[in-house]
Amino acid sequence: MIHTDLCIIGAGPVGLFAVFEAGLLKMRCHLIDALPQVGGQLSEIYPQKPIYDIPGYPEVNAQDLVDNLMEQAKPFQPTFTLGERVEHLDKQTDGSFIITTSDKTHIHAKVIVIAGGLGCFEPRKPVLGNLEKFEGKGITYMVKNPETFRDKKVVLAGGGDSALDWAIFLAKVAKRVSLVHRNETFRGSPDSAGKVFDLANKGKIDLILSANLKEVTGNGKLEKVVLEGKYKEEIIIDADYLIPLFGLSPKLGPIADWGLSIDKNAIEVDTRDYSTGVERIYAIGDINTYPGKLKLILCGFHEAAIMMHSAFKFVYPDQKLSFKYTTVNGVNAF
Amino acid sequence: MITFTVEDHDGNRQEREAPDDMGLSLMEILKAYEYPVLATCGGMALCATCHVEILEGKDELGHATDVELDQLESLPEYYPTSRLACQIRIGEILEGAVVKLRGEDVV
Repeated sequence: MIHTDLCIIGAGPVGLFAVFEAGLLKMRCHLIDALPQVGGQLSEIYPQKPIYDIPGYPEVNAQDLVDNLMEQAKPFQPTFTLGERVEHLDKQTDGSFIITTSDKTHIHAKVIVIAGGLGCFEPRKPVLGNLEKFEGKGITYMVKNPETFRDKKVVLAGGGDSALDWAIFLAKVAKRVSLVHRNETFRGSPDSAGKVFDLANKGKIDLILSANLKEVTGNGKLEKVVLEGKYKEEIIIDADYLIPLFGLSPKLGPIADWGLSIDKNAIEVDTRDYSTGVERIYAIGDINTYPGKLKLILCGFHEAAIMMHSAFKFVYPDQKLSFKYTTVNGVNAF
Repeated sequence: MITFTVEDHDGNRQEREAPDDMGLSLMEILKAYEYPVLATCGGMALCATCHVEILEGKDELGHATDVELDQLESLPEYYPTSRLACQIRIGEILEGAVVKLRGEDVV
């Protein structure tokens, strides 16, 4: 069990800056993110794009902003659980919470801060008969441990870089790799595409082009993947694993079931302190909504500062909050 | 003002108007009409959550860029009529078009 003052759900720019604002009030933070790295959509979607509306930075590269926010949070020693999705929230008798993630990590926190942006990034799923029946029983959407696939028959579907890269990698590990792609050519990296065609020519992988996933079958676990080929013919492949790789899309996920007031996929908050309708749960950044809301990073930063002053009373119920400027005291004094 | 038709996820069609002199994208107009378009990346052709099909009038819109095609390619399903709404500028070219929403539904 991890014990912390505040558990921040979402390690995007607003979640990271919230660590700094909490730190100024001597509150410690643990962050959880479904992505394997910090930075949220800045790192996941547009790391190399410039941002022009961060005060004091006429132009800043998205990943540089994330790196700087990490640097800024560092004195307050945040801890992280990455690559795991928040699943359950259990309120304790003393008002605190225990959060459980998809990998059964438990975090005990006095206050919850939801800074989840548009939600957590989840794999896009193909429209396919029986798909959900075999999830976890042969169908997986990411390669966490390549050894899982050693000496197995693996079918990869998709035409982007991740499909190409995993086909190349798993060709050395799996018993058989089949790559299914709906076109004749790949739009991924030409270098990777060249390697895939080369491996196919050498008989190291099966490359099935102009084909689409149609159905999956098996008895308790995945056994066969059915494709529709170029001429609408049925192609059946024996498979232990199917890995569809069609990118990521944000979803609100289990947070939607926590009894919070939700309007159009965003959590309604009180603008006095960005609290939700549930005591000790706050929502900041793109995931909240209120009259006049602007989905801007800088607005999320402002919300983080205000909400931390409200959360203080739950972490230090017997203390009076005294406001201090960093310019007077320096960061290390906090 | 230009007029075009939007078909939602349930197949309902509605005629919509949009100003053609404000440099807006089709994605921004769809959001303004409160259609469930996520537009995660804000219009940079980086997330494909504003995926639409142009059922009528696609030829008038010109070709998709490589960046846009890369995104469409990453989707589990896309069609010869597919485009990203964020990459379509509102203008005369969209007059009379029929646009079908394809992006993932908002929960």
